[in-house]
Amino acid sequence: MNYVPGEIGHLAIISSFVTSFIAFGLYFYATKHKSTSWEKTANFFYYAHVATVFTIIGALFYIISNHHFEYHYAWSHTSSLLPIYYQISSFWEGQEGSFLLWIFWNTILGLVIIKTNRKWTASVMTVFCLIQAFLTSMILGVVPFESLKIGSSPFMLLRDVISAPIFKMNPDFIPKDGNGLNPLLQNYWMVIHPPTLFLGFATTMVPFAYCMAGMWRGEIKEWIRPALPWAQFSALVLGIGILMGAYWAYETLNFGGYWNWDPVENAIYVPWLIMVASIHTMIAYKKSEKALKTSIILVVASFVLIVYSTYLTRSGVLGDSSVHSFTDVGLYNQLVLYLLTFLVGSAILIISQWKKIPSTNEELETYSREFWIFLGVTTLCLMAFHVILVTSFPVFNKLGGLIGLDLNLAPPVDQVGAYTKVQIWLAIALAFFSGTGQFFWWKRMDIDKLKKAVMIPAIIAIGATLVMFLTGYFSSFDQEGKEKFDLLISLLSYALIFLCAVYSIAANFTILLSVVKRNPKLSGGAITHIGVAMMLLGILFSSGYDQIISKNYTGILWSSEFPEEVNKNNLLIYQNDPREMGNYTLQYKGIRRLFKDRGFVNQNFVEPTVDPEVYVAKQNIVNKGILKGDSLTIDGVENSYFEIDYIKKNGRTFTLFPRVQMNDAMGVVYSPDIKRTMFADLYTHVRTFPDPEIREEWNNKDTLQVQVGDTLYLNDYVSVFERVERLQSVAGVELGSLDAAVKAIIRITGETDTYYAEPIFIIKNQNVGKIESVVHDLALKVKLNGINPEQGTFSIEVSSGQKDWIILEAVEKPYINILWLGTLVLTIGFIVAIRRRYLEFMAMREKQLE
Amino acid sequence: MKTSHIFAIAVIAIAVGIIISSTGDAGTYMNFNEALEIHSKGDDRQVHVVGELKKVNGEVVGLSESPDKRSFYFMMVDKANNEQRVFHPNPIPNDLLRSEEVVIIGYYKKDTFIAKDILLKCPSKYQEEEIKV
Repeated sequence: MNYVPGEIGHLAIISSFVTSFIAFGLYFYATKHKSTSWEKTANFFYYAHVATVFTIIGALFYIISNHHFEYHYAWSHTSSLLPIYYQISSFWEGQEGSFLLWIFWNTILGLVIIKTNRKWTASVMTVFCLIQAFLTSMILGVVPFESLKIGSSPFMLLRDVISAPIFKMNPDFIPKDGNGLNPLLQNYWMVIHPPTLFLGFATTMVPFAYCMAGMWRGEIKEWIRPALPWAQFSALVLGIGILMGAYWAYETLNFGGYWNWDPVENAIYVPWLIMVASIHTMIAYKKSEKALKTSIILVVASFVLIVYSTYLTRSGVLGDSSVHSFTDVGLYNQLVLYLLTFLVGSAILIISQWKKIPSTNEELETYSREFWIFLGVTTLCLMAFHVILVTSFPVFNKLGGLIGLDLNLAPPVDQVGAYTKVQIWLAIALAFFSGTGQFFWWKRMDIDKLKKAVMIPAIIAIGATLVMFLTGYFSSFDQEGKEKFDLLISLLSYALIFLCAVYSIAANFTILLSVVKRNPKLSGGAITHIGVAMMLLGILFSSGYDQIISKNYTGILWSSEFPEEVNKNNLLIYQNDPREMGNYTLQYKGIRRLFKDRGFVNQNFVEPTVDPEVYVAKQNIVNKGILKGDSLTIDGVENSYFEIDYIKKNGRTFTLFPRVQMNDAMGVVYSPDIKRTMFADLYTHVRTFPDPEIREEWNNKDTLQVQVGDTLYLNDYVSVFERVERLQSVAGVELGSLDAAVKAIIRITGETDTYYAEPIFIIKNQNVGKIESVVHDLALKVKLNGINPEQGTFSIEVSSGQKDWIILEAVEKPYINILWLGTLVLTIGFIVAIRRRYLEFMAMREKQLE
Repeated sequence: MKTSHIFAIAVIAIAVGIIISSTGDAGTYMNFNEALEIHSKGDDRQVHVVGELKKVNGEVVGLSESPDKRSFYFMMVDKANNEQRVFHPNPIPNDLLRSEEVVIIGYYKKDTFIAKDILLKCPSKYQEEEIKV
């Protein structure tokens, strides 16, 4: 038992909570009395706070990397075989660790604020430290009196969390190994996705803190300048975080796409939308002093929504509505308190200043840039409103329950359909406004000028849409099982989103050309909007026009009771039995393991050794240059792969290796494999395969009398009875002088490989024993039943079983690359925009104005 | 009427539309008795049922797979202890037998419940109770 890192870590957590609280008080005082000396003292405590946070992280990492399984966190999330990069990602697998990651980013951001901003430091840091105190309280793990537990500490000992009988007998018991990391998280995206996302979470706090500081100090508009580049940075990082999550889901999870409208996804999508909306109103304010009130509300809302989403995903309130949100670790009340504090606190501050906030009574003109920005911002807010409304059903149930109302709201039956049908119309409006609004932004417009500006993009968009109509592409989506009216609505929305997205790309492109001529630094907006419109196109094609190509209508109808319900999307394929699927012929070749420097190797050609990472070749594997007896190092102990050849009608062949991970603690987990081409992805995932633990059934016993050199047919496979060998020992057991053992070697030519069956016949202590030989890939079992020395014949028994099989689903996703490319363009646009605002801020600081 | 008023009315109208449409799309949690009752009244909407697999002495009973392995039947016990035979038109999810709670989404057809979707809660994925010695 090593208590030291846990004690240090726990002490550091308590100190980090205390120091953030002290720093909060000191910054508060410093702001109130405009005192630089108090601010310096506060900074000192903040640095101490940073040091304690780094100590917590160091202690936890020490525990994980040295495999101290006496600690619950290490035991529950890691194992001794976990490579270093997954040890890092195991760090944030648990709730406590992910809070820690968030806290870590906050401390870094605080340092950046202290370093870059002089005028606002004390007031902004006051808000910062309060948030930090709340976050550190989540991992405090202190029980001041019974029935009150504050926070859940990552330094709990295993024996204090789990009451297993072993601890009664031996309190110092340390498990040999941990449970390991969830196989789904053993992915390079999981090393970088959570840090990005939590940096996004953390950055929403910066514009919020500036806004609150502005309200508090009565500088109700000055906060916008420093807050704006941070809001843009936050929107960028959150956006990238969301898309990394989507990409991870696409590559690793097997629900068949990149977005599932799961509460965990929605909880970040909504604050992101609001953050993007707030950027627009802040820019509008900077240009024409309008929309200050809206900016304040949106900036506060995006932060409060981040806190709300933390409550949603971590309090356990989602219960039955999501399979993958975190379970409750007893933070429910704390999270509610956190949410209410910032909701009520910011509301009070805003209300106290509300009268002082200037607002114009000027009428909104249709031909003003503000009008168009407002249209866009309103659309973004409606999108957010819709998603948060539906995601919050479980919260409404809970609130209803408090006043004795049984609301009984379950998530929509067709989740994806229900979200899409509203979001798609708002997205159409968004694409239209983002195209047209840009013209108003850069020029004073009237009806004639507008007509002229819109002309070319409109012609391009309408032309492209017509071409798509005439070629019949729009109606080529999967129409099965839909009502006529729904089909019409889908068709209309698909055509409109195509029209508006192309229009937005063309309009923003013309803007881009003219802006670049004037000043390339200002081109961020146009580039970002092009990126968004490209993403909309990519989503339209890859999700609206995806084709399940594993559909089959030839399967046996098992359930004549429910013919229409039987799913036709999956294909059953037996090993080495080619099956047609769309334009392809598929051949499933069996289960493979992945070895370092060797690639994929048939699992039946290797056998395990004492070391779980080392395997030994059972036979020569010619095309891999492996000789019998070679030892091989496995790449991923839990991973197995299904080798599937795709033979295209016109000749081109490729192979996919969808994966299955078998982990004692977490069961069976599948991941897809994707064939990527420029114009479409072919996505294949295995839904199920025979349970390796269920023993095979053998039948059709056949007994043959053979001689050495004979050619025989074993279950229709051409085989040669090559030779017999006398053995000196069997399975490590020495044979005595009266004993004998003989091994027959039969070479079998399978569809793709050559196999050897090597049954053994033993006489030991006058007893007869037989060791059968199973050729798994061919579903063959061979037994050497007897030897007839007079005729020189051998009696062998052959049985056959069922061949291995898989059930797979294959989906073609056209033009998905436009989505990823759009993401890249969006990122570039954001970076250009952030750079511009940051330079502005720096220029003001040089003039001693910030 | 001022433009801003028209604007405000339009936004409110859309927001109300969104509320009506989403609450209309909301599912309902029911037990098997309630689901059967609405079915007998000719209401064929899909509902959510929460429960677990039927077990006798800790062993799951009533699970049968189609010969082509693409669909299966199982027995489920809802929270009000009603037993029901359920058909699912997809291969057996590998975690089914390990699941502690099952949420199914579907409807009755004659006396069988057709589960279009199955959500499994396997607590062992995130919480663990056993320690291997």
